[in-house]
Amino acid sequence: MSAYGYAELRSQRRVTGALGVIWSRRTTFVAGVVCTALCAFAITPVALTVLSSFKSQGEEATSPPAYLPRGLDLESYQRLWNFQLGLPTYIFNSLGTAFLAITLALAVTIPAGYALARFPVPRKEAWFVFLLLGLIIPYQALLTPIFLMFAQLNLTNTLLGLAIIHTHIQLPFSLYVMRNSFEAVPRELDEAAVVDGANSWQVLTRVFLPSVRPAIITVALFSFITSWNEFLGALVMMNRGSSFTLPLVLWSNRATTTIGGTDWGVLQAGVTISIVPCVLFYLLLQRYYVSGLTSGAIK
Amino acid sequence: MYYAKRNRLIGLAYLAPAIVFVSLFTAYPFLQMVWVSFNNWSLIEPPRPVGLDNFTRAFTDRQFWTSLGYTLKYTLLITPILMLAGYLLALLTARNTPINRLTRTLVFMPVVIGLGASSLLWYWLYSPRFGLVNRFLEDLGVIRQPVVWLGTDTDLSTWAIILSVVWKVLGFGMILFVAAIQAVPAEVSEAAMVDGATAWQRAWRVIVPLTMPTILLVTLVSMIGSLLAFDQFFLMTAGQPRNLTATAVFYVYLNSFPYLKLGYGAALSLILAVLILFFTVAQVVVTRRVRM
Repeated sequence: MSAYGYAELRSQRRVTGALGVIWSRRTTFVAGVVCTALCAFAITPVALTVLSSFKSQGEEATSPPAYLPRGLDLESYQRLWNFQLGLPTYIFNSLGTAFLAITLALAVTIPAGYALARFPVPRKEAWFVFLLLGLIIPYQALLTPIFLMFAQLNLTNTLLGLAIIHTHIQLPFSLYVMRNSFEAVPRELDEAAVVDGANSWQVLTRVFLPSVRPAIITVALFSFITSWNEFLGALVMMNRGSSFTLPLVLWSNRATTTIGGTDWGVLQAGVTISIVPCVLFYLLLQRYYVSGLTSGAIK
Repeated sequence: MYYAKRNRLIGLAYLAPAIVFVSLFTAYPFLQMVWVSFNNWSLIEPPRPVGLDNFTRAFTDRQFWTSLGYTLKYTLLITPILMLAGYLLALLTARNTPINRLTRTLVFMPVVIGLGASSLLWYWLYSPRFGLVNRFLEDLGVIRQPVVWLGTDTDLSTWAIILSVVWKVLGFGMILFVAAIQAVPAEVSEAAMVDGATAWQRAWRVIVPLTMPTILLVTLVSMIGSLLAFDQFFLMTAGQPRNLTATAVFYVYLNSFPYLKLGYGAALSLILAVLILFFTVAQVVVTRRVRM
């Protein structure tokens, strides 16, 4: 990637002549205004929701609604905390599923990336294509047969069953990232370890795992975001209230109370709770997020 | 020595977990889906073979065609907006300055939020009496009466959903376009500038052709995503009015789960999978040509 980008050149117009300077300053100004407007467009819906989650029940019932809350009221969070079986159950389900999905994804893709990058596996290309099968068949189409299978295996309404679906959704991406990362490790490193008498497992754990750490973080990050947010698979697999994940609870608040009107406070508080970990991880691990996205989508 | 013969077996052993996983949870369900689609099955009764009935039924099922047509319409409306807006945004913010970085970070933020959460967020914003969209438009004097955005008028619902999805996924295309634009060799653009090309000419004649593979790729990824849309429609309009905003995946879901017509649901899934396959194959072909 060239550090000396296209827009860098645009700024050079400033030295090309007097007209260039005027044009360029105006452009810079317009660009600044447009950027500010875009930032506002991106952030306003979330900011208003988060702020409104601190309205009191009386404020929530006001029509037309106020833009901002009068104070910092936690009533909505209290109602969310006690919603149906209680928020802790649903957070436990969401986190448990995400944890299992991350574990499964790593347990499957780390050895696979190792094998694809370093071992003379017979018909390797064919196996790789087979492993990317999920890319060709959309998981939305596979939910009916997977549901039937899980019903027979007693995996419906279990966190493990849902985690398997989430792993399945992310598998092609995770596999790509992992294989590329294993391939990028210099061969001298693992060959030296072999000369020193290390077996394949020791080479994996001592040489590769430290080297492919960025890929492990990327796979774990994307697995978490997918699992934490995924809706349709959970809707199909989890029909018992006690196994609902966070997105399903938010939906059931919208669905069960349509006659009496949705509890907007619970909706805003719930949306806020679901957004927080995603945005936090994104801001902390932005580097992994963006590089994962570009390499996963392009390569 | 390292690549001795027994290493083939060791390699296969390391590959085994992935092979088992894909066989069990992708290949087997796919084969089962094909088999189920030739049967009538409601979970209560045992499956009964019906040959091609489910497929012939799909061709005369008006709701299926309505859903498919609506999904296509949604895809054709949203894709050009996403591509054009995403690309212009990338041209605007490709240079690594503080304000551009900030804009990129913020515009990308909704991408990490779940589609379920963002759909419910907008469902509130669009609420006729308690939503801030109507409040804002009333304050501006654009509308006098609260507008019912979702679930009564098909076009209004579609555009309301499109706005919310553009907000959510705009950053995805932007980030990939920025990466592609930054990868254009400086010399190429410089040469065009020396030749007296204006900024727009450089963008249109130099940058766009050189980033065409990424444009194609993002277009296909985005089209596949739109053709498989479900969450935003299920959560925001619930298919209303009269199932006119029920997408293809929505209709498959309705048949398979609440109605428990598993055979018919499988047949519809298969038809959908074949339609998507066309776009996926195109995506794989394009991806193989892109090197960054």
